Amino acid sequence: MPHLDTAFAALSDPTRRAILARLALGEATVQDLARPFPISQPAISRHLKVLEDAGLIETRIEGTSRPRRLKPDAVEQLWDWLGQYRALWEARYARLDDVLADLQKEDSP
Amino acid sequence: MTAPVHLILDGDTRIIVTRSFTAPPALVFRAHTEPPLIRRWMIGPDGWSMPDCDCDPRPGGSFRFGWTNGSDTSFHATGEYLEVTPRRIVHIERMFLPDPTPDNHVDTRFAPHGTGTRMTMVMTLPSPEARAAVIASGMPDGLEDSYARLETILAKA
Repeated sequence: MPHLDTAFAALSDPTRRAILARLALGEATVQDLARPFPISQPAISRHLKVLEDAGLIETRIEGTSRPRRLKPDAVEQLWDWLGQYRALWEARYARLDDVLADLQKEDSP
Repeated sequence: MTAPVHLILDGDTRIIVTRSFTAPPALVFRAHTEPPLIRRWMIGPDGWSMPDCDCDPRPGGSFRFGWTNGSDTSFHATGEYLEVTPRRIVHIERMFLPDPTPDNHVDTRFAPHGTGTRMTMVMTLPSPEARAAVIASGMPDGLEDSYARLETILAKA
């Protein structure tokens, strides 16, 4: 399990979420990962370091190549926690819809 | 058809929740400030109820909400209102599990959206750790369990 606080912080950046989405399709090198983004390769490397420090991805060493890949359990667990937090609010707001429907009935003549 | 809840992690310490309602802002505001209405929806996970629900929604006023699962587990939250207008509620809150969690600064806006409301709630926590704890509070099997588990996980990491 990753450090929750650093992992959630890592997920708060859109470029890093896009990198995770790309890695969900399979491992990729820094060059592969940098291609779709209008930012430099060093900037991508910094994002990768944040993701790796947060325990969400890892580096495989293969000769001179250093492909990154997801640590699947870590990412799944984080999405699961976020999903459950969202589910709490979904359930509350579904109940609030009912409360509001009752108020609107009272308000109408 | 239920409107979707959008949950965004913003920066290191913020959580932003947005949701649309078909009712106008005035009614959504009432449902956030009148205890008989609040206790009908601000509950959950399933099986939980909200026996304590007192609030004084004006700047400087305070609130106390308490939840129970009907058997062995209960907890409560307290807070203070900083700003209360029909379009915006700003408050500070903390949960007692039983130790108090770090203060959560919550800015809730009710914007007119067609004939309905677009609600945006921005929660700002004092640290990334506190934000992780808030997210952990969404676990369905009880908040105390969640915090106990979170502590275990943070200790291992």
